[in-house]
Amino acid sequence: MTARRLPLGGEIERARPLRFTFDGKVIEGFVGDTLASALLASGRQVLGRSFKYRRPRGLFGAGVEEPNICADVTEGAAFRPNQRVTTEPARDGLVLRSASTAPDAERDRTGFIDLFARFIPSGFYYKTFMFPDWHLFEPRIRAMAGLGRVDPAKTGPVGDQVNHFCDALVIGAGPVGLAAARMLAGAGKSVVLADDGSRPGGSLLYREAEIDGMPGADWLAETLAQLAGLGVTILPRTTAFGLYDHGLVALNQRHEDGRADTLWRVRPERIVLAAGAIERPLPFSMNDLPGIMSAQAGLSYLRRQAVLPGANIVVAANNSTGAGVARAMAEAGARVTLVDRRPDTAPLSGIACHAGRSIDRALGRKAVQGVVLDDGTEITCDCLLVSGGFTPTIHLYAQAKGRLAWDETRLAFLPGDPVPGLTVIGGAAGQFTLGEAFATLPAALGLEGAPTAAPSSYAITPAWPEPGRKGRIWIDYQHDVTAKDVELAARENFTSVEHLKRYTTLGMATDQGKTSNLNGLALMGALTGREIPEVGTTTYRPPFTPVPYTSLAGLRGGERMNPLRRLALEGRHRALGAAMGEYGGWLRPVHYGEDDAAILAEAKMARATVGLFDASPLGKIEVIGPDAADFLDFIYYNTVSTLKPGGCRYGFILAESGVVYDDGVLVRLDEHRFVVSCSSSHVAGVHAMLEEWRQDRFPARRIFIHNATAGTATITVTGPEARAAIRAAGIAADLDDAAFPHMTTRPGRHGDTPLRLTRVSFTGDRSYELSIRQDLAPGLWDALDGAARALGGGPIGIEAVMILRAEKGYIVIGKDSDGMTRPMDLGLAGPLRSKKAEFIGKRSLLQEEAQRPDRNQLVGLQPADGGGLLPVGAHGLDLSGAAPRSIGYVTSSYPGAGHDGPVALALIERGASRHGEVIELHHLGSRRRARITAPCAFDPKGDRLNG
Amino acid sequence: MQIFSCPFCGPRPEYEFHFGGDLGNHRPEGFDAVPDQKWADYLYFRNNPKGMAREVWMHLTCGEMFSMTRDTVTMEAAPGEALAEGQP
Repeated sequence: MTARRLPLGGEIERARPLRFTFDGKVIEGFVGDTLASALLASGRQVLGRSFKYRRPRGLFGAGVEEPNICADVTEGAAFRPNQRVTTEPARDGLVLRSASTAPDAERDRTGFIDLFARFIPSGFYYKTFMFPDWHLFEPRIRAMAGLGRVDPAKTGPVGDQVNHFCDALVIGAGPVGLAAARMLAGAGKSVVLADDGSRPGGSLLYREAEIDGMPGADWLAETLAQLAGLGVTILPRTTAFGLYDHGLVALNQRHEDGRADTLWRVRPERIVLAAGAIERPLPFSMNDLPGIMSAQAGLSYLRRQAVLPGANIVVAANNSTGAGVARAMAEAGARVTLVDRRPDTAPLSGIACHAGRSIDRALGRKAVQGVVLDDGTEITCDCLLVSGGFTPTIHLYAQAKGRLAWDETRLAFLPGDPVPGLTVIGGAAGQFTLGEAFATLPAALGLEGAPTAAPSSYAITPAWPEPGRKGRIWIDYQHDVTAKDVELAARENFTSVEHLKRYTTLGMATDQGKTSNLNGLALMGALTGREIPEVGTTTYRPPFTPVPYTSLAGLRGGERMNPLRRLALEGRHRALGAAMGEYGGWLRPVHYGEDDAAILAEAKMARATVGLFDASPLGKIEVIGPDAADFLDFIYYNTVSTLKPGGCRYGFILAESGVVYDDGVLVRLDEHRFVVSCSSSHVAGVHAMLEEWRQDRFPARRIFIHNATAGTATITVTGPEARAAIRAAGIAADLDDAAFPHMTTRPGRHGDTPLRLTRVSFTGDRSYELSIRQDLAPGLWDALDGAARALGGGPIGIEAVMILRAEKGYIVIGKDSDGMTRPMDLGLAGPLRSKKAEFIGKRSLLQEEAQRPDRNQLVGLQPADGGGLLPVGAHGLDLSGAAPRSIGYVTSSYPGAGHDGPVALALIERGASRHGEVIELHHLGSRRRARITAPCAFDPKGDRLNG
Repeated sequence: MQIFSCPFCGPRPEYEFHFGGDLGNHRPEGFDAVPDQKWADYLYFRNNPKGMAREVWMHLTCGEMFSMTRDTVTMEAAPGEALAEGQP
């Protein structure tokens, strides 16, 4: 193809040249070029390779329908894989690499595959690589499959997202969409007008028209000025790709300057679909050669970017639009031959015309060099422009569950029954002439003021692929589906369109069969003796065009995906050199020393003297009011209403299924005020659960629930020197054990600041939790840190606390319990027998499953083979049967700090009655032996709580 | 994305809401007097209607529960209605 740039014309800015590279070669263009038009003007013919047979391919389309040419685009640090070159504006400095080629489009070394094409029809891979095992072949096949390459080192830029409401969303800014937008805005409606082209105008940008007595370009300029005056929001480069629940239209907006795409979520009262129609290819042998292009695309390149696609052009059509394209090409200086399948085509002056003829085959290897007509006439050419009719773009109508109706005169599926809130107009409604489209606007919109255009006619004669034709006739360019593949699918009884699609991959590529689907289903109809409407279409699913993940994700990426919760004392921890890690959504100190070795040292220090621990994420949900005690009796598995003011009680909260949902300490501050101290990772869930039961079951105004977790910091002081450290820190409180025993809470002060001291222990040592307003916590921390260091102690991270609690047999819900664990399995059977009041999950504890004697129960494990730490997740084995059987698994495993040697917790079948027994453990192919013990490995009598 | 209407806050995006189950799925009372089947019905068996569904939802941002009628075929959702106190 000898395409060339014309010296004059087009919308390109010739004073603003630009350069980019394609497969390493420099391509020159102008502002106003798309990547495609600049590549075309460069005279390069082979711009890509086909998906399966690796055949050379050139441009077919000029817009979103382009099936052939995609490229990976690098621009500075930004990388966008697999971009259609027809929709991307050319920019200075871009680096393009043709997708799916090795090493590049021109010299692809896998091109030999096409020689074997007849041995690899549809289904070849399924049928051939079954034996001995698909996985042997998969890596090499996968390496060749796919489009584009993702570079994991480069992420796309972050896209904006916009939510918008309006009266009307007009999709498509061609002449009909522009007219509709003007009529709606003129009637006082707020209107958004979106178009996937680089500028509004649609076909007016490249087709001749006369509207309201003006040339099309003048009418366009006038209308755009009017729309601006009426406040219409115009979104160019914006594709409405999907219609979702509750009238949400999702649009993806590309930007001229290479910024990340913007996702628009628009909720219009009314959708006006004026998306036009897409030209179909013609079926003839070798119809995929470079240089064979959609006639309307050729016209668009000529008029918009002044690129004449060939010197010697054949225009082949089965409809009345071919003549206009032929005339335009001839006027631009090409030698033109028109091949029109309609026998009654009027001759055109200066253009050789073959009426009633069609193309039998194209000639050439890497580019089209000529055609042979069905009467044997051979015509030399370097460019073949084809028009096989138009397929209306009615995806949003179909997504709205509109039913399509086949139109035999236009040879297209058109919108059938009306869908409320959605109006289809123009080419999308099969009105392929302006006169017809404008005339129907007033009725369609219920408004006056439609423009007028001289009546013209559109005529088309069928040119569907015919069964049994010789040669290779491409139906789907992007996925390399030929007429023979469709015939094979029919022979093997994949005759439903959905089966046809999946068996041959027809219409499954990134272009979603915009140019191919109708030819494919027409051929299937012919093969199976059905009419096209009987065959029907596949389901229209969003997105209409590929949408980058960066657009869908917007700001919800990286750290913002699930924002970390930050401690009030984070600055203090960092100053102390803490390694920080995420635990239950909070960023917490893991340990303070250099490396993991610090963990055990911190745990031992806390056992020896005193450890300081930031326990701020611990839940602090206040339950206040005269009915609070009754309410919490219902919430907790344990009885809590008997708790005295100033007292604390450890308890479980169950789900209604009887499974343990959370554990923690309930504090009763006074008669009508409690603090639910749930696990840090369960605060939101417990809070919602409390609210749900309060509103559902209790006099809601007699109970008030307040989540004070984020507003309150808690510092835990634990160890034999805990009391001394608190005293030394200058905290005013009566710390005498008689006045302030274990499992009680007392008020205190640090300077002028009130705080709450609670004696509970998650370490087994004497412990105090000091809760204070979060913004005042740093002063308290500094005082305690100084005091602890003077006593030989200091801060400890969460991993040290895990060691301390594990050797005491204290559990973490969700780690040492699972979705089956009932409270009895954790050694707490009392309340089910003794508690009179109703509580959540109570009835479930009577179920057969809950009462099974062989339940997994919490135990401790000690290595019985002289080995070290038992692996978490290792399964206990029952070896008595023919095959080993799992009898539970290790849930926690740590080196002991107070205990000499490793400790582990596990859920083991009937574990509570098996203390002392030695069992086999299996983990990733290796075996260990362990002795079952009580969960508590250290200080079983609990003397250290007051030590 | 759907838009639901909280009776207290008005129309809000669906991700602010949490599903609370079928309206009228009453909790059987009486502990061991409740037959297994009845308790299982309450715990596990959902109406799952094709068409109009009466459901309880919580608007997480204000914390209030309310009832909502929703068409599971068209996804249309009527504005939420406040639950009267004591109404299960």
